Amino acid sequence: MREGFRQAMAWLHTWAGLLFGWLLFAIFLTGSLTYFRQELNRWAHPEVLYQQAGTPESLASAQAFLEKHAPGAPNWLIIAADERLPVLTLYYRQTSESGRGSLVETVVDPRSGEAVQARDSRGGEFFYRFHYELEMGYPWGRWLASLAAFVMFVTLVSGIITHKKLFKDFFTFRPGKGQRSWLDGHNALGVLALPFHLMITYSSLVIFMTMTMPASILSRYDGNTRAFFNELFPATAGMGDTAQRQAPMLPLPALYARYLALVPGGQVGMVSVDKPGTASATATFTPKVGARVAYLPGGGVTLNAVDGSVVRGLAAEPVPQRVAGGFYGMHMGRFAGPVLRWLYFISGLAATAMIGTGLVMWLGKRLLKHAGATVQPFELRVVGALNLAGMVGLVCAVAAFLCANRLLPLALAGRASWEVRVFFLVWLASLLHALWRPNGAGWLQQLSAAAAMLLSVPVLSQFATSRGLAVTLPQGDWAVAGVDLACAGFGLVLAWLARRVWRRALQARAEQAPPRAVRIKREAH
Amino acid sequence: MKTKTSGVPLAYRLAVTSRVVAAALGGYAVAALASVCLAWVLPMAQAQGVITSMMLGFVVYLAAALWCFACRSAWRAWAAMLGCALVLGVLDAGLYWAHLR
Repeated sequence: MREGFRQAMAWLHTWAGLLFGWLLFAIFLTGSLTYFRQELNRWAHPEVLYQQAGTPESLASAQAFLEKHAPGAPNWLIIAADERLPVLTLYYRQTSESGRGSLVETVVDPRSGEAVQARDSRGGEFFYRFHYELEMGYPWGRWLASLAAFVMFVTLVSGIITHKKLFKDFFTFRPGKGQRSWLDGHNALGVLALPFHLMITYSSLVIFMTMTMPASILSRYDGNTRAFFNELFPATAGMGDTAQRQAPMLPLPALYARYLALVPGGQVGMVSVDKPGTASATATFTPKVGARVAYLPGGGVTLNAVDGSVVRGLAAEPVPQRVAGGFYGMHMGRFAGPVLRWLYFISGLAATAMIGTGLVMWLGKRLLKHAGATVQPFELRVVGALNLAGMVGLVCAVAAFLCANRLLPLALAGRASWEVRVFFLVWLASLLHALWRPNGAGWLQQLSAAAAMLLSVPVLSQFATSRGLAVTLPQGDWAVAGVDLACAGFGLVLAWLARRVWRRALQARAEQAPPRAVRIKREAH
Repeated sequence: MKTKTSGVPLAYRLAVTSRVVAAALGGYAVAALASVCLAWVLPMAQAQGVITSMMLGFVVYLAAALWCFACRSAWRAWAAMLGCALVLGVLDAGLYWAHLR
């Protein structure tokens, strides 16, 4: 009976893992890259001279820019400069002639207060959004990502149940033994970072829980979801003077000083100004993401922007809310310093590799049954092609996206979308190639292509931009140099993998055909 | 529709499909109804109870989904899901009604 249970879990682990493996591989790889989103953003805009600025100075720059460019906007949103990415990101709604508003996003230098002139590129934002929205429209991508996350949860737990000798096997690695080595690797990767895998998977469900598990909100609040959010973070809209008469706003640095008086040492992540320029203007200061582990979206202190009085203080944070916020914050890891961030990244890659080794094993086990056959069954060919395109093809696409950032003409219209198009076109090409060659030759060619592209990234940075390694290394600009160096490092790893595949192919050919000398001798007899 | 390449009988395929649906939809229904129940009974402020219930909902979903594949037949999976959903549904309705009075 117990053995039956374990077998059932092994079956579930195998098939759930296969069906969602490729999607999960993509989600985990892009998610791992997202831990370096700010650095990738800096790397993607090499012409920008990033300068650090203090919060008051930076808020004054933001206010000056918005008062000049968006005086009549109903709302301003200021994403504060961060030491990892010292630029202000400003959002405001611009009402056009037809009356329909469109959201404008501008990146502003916190020191000069001028709009940053940089190449049109999404940089790290692309991986970040892809990680949970999969380039699908709202809310479909989030639903699909949440479904994949739940399947990951099921696969992880069924995998733990299947795998009885959890800690003994962690110290077992038998390299060079084919299928056995893949299993050892899969288990070691799984057990090594198991707390990370469980945390990252469960927290991803918690992040979107109000969307995916809303039954208790609907029941407790009679279908009024807004009432639930208002109880957590009392709404500020409609407070104070409702008259639309004009009134000068206090400078944001002065309001920030009031905020500091309420929240000593408080770092600001975001400032949102409602009805700027009117008598009922308010400014909401939201704590910086990553100032602590927990992340509770929606909180903050709201001040009357005309007289500086407190409209809404910091909300209390009862334990359940802090637990949920803790999961959210741990998932994003924005609080992590450089060492912990690298650990996050490596753990994310370990999860990606765990999924990858699982996919390889699924196919390897079934190919063994058809070892002698010249034609593989159709379904194994398809899985083989999806394995190749889903893993190496994705790496090719990421590498091509980075190369496109360096190579596409700066004046190209819709340049950022073209970068994304390059990503998907290369991924599609990889899939077609993989369907044509789902075997060793396909792996060799795609691994070589990915390695070549990644190795060329630092070269392109050197010659196509002013911030190649020859500049960034002496300056100690580790954000930009780090991306170039990491590309080179991963390029070398992929080249080593390609070499292994190539040598194995040579070995297999040598075993199939008897050595030449022997054949000649036979003919002589 | 039995394919000739794999000797898997149709009944088996249908049973697997049935279990998948029971786990995905039935399991979700049980999880959602359980979270509603928790949100009513947890001794916390209303919104905090709701947050806790949503977080625990995924654990219920996981347990329900695993059960659907661990039990002996697809029928049993459905029986468990529908049984739990029925009990929880009655409980939820009772709690909601008691609250209205």
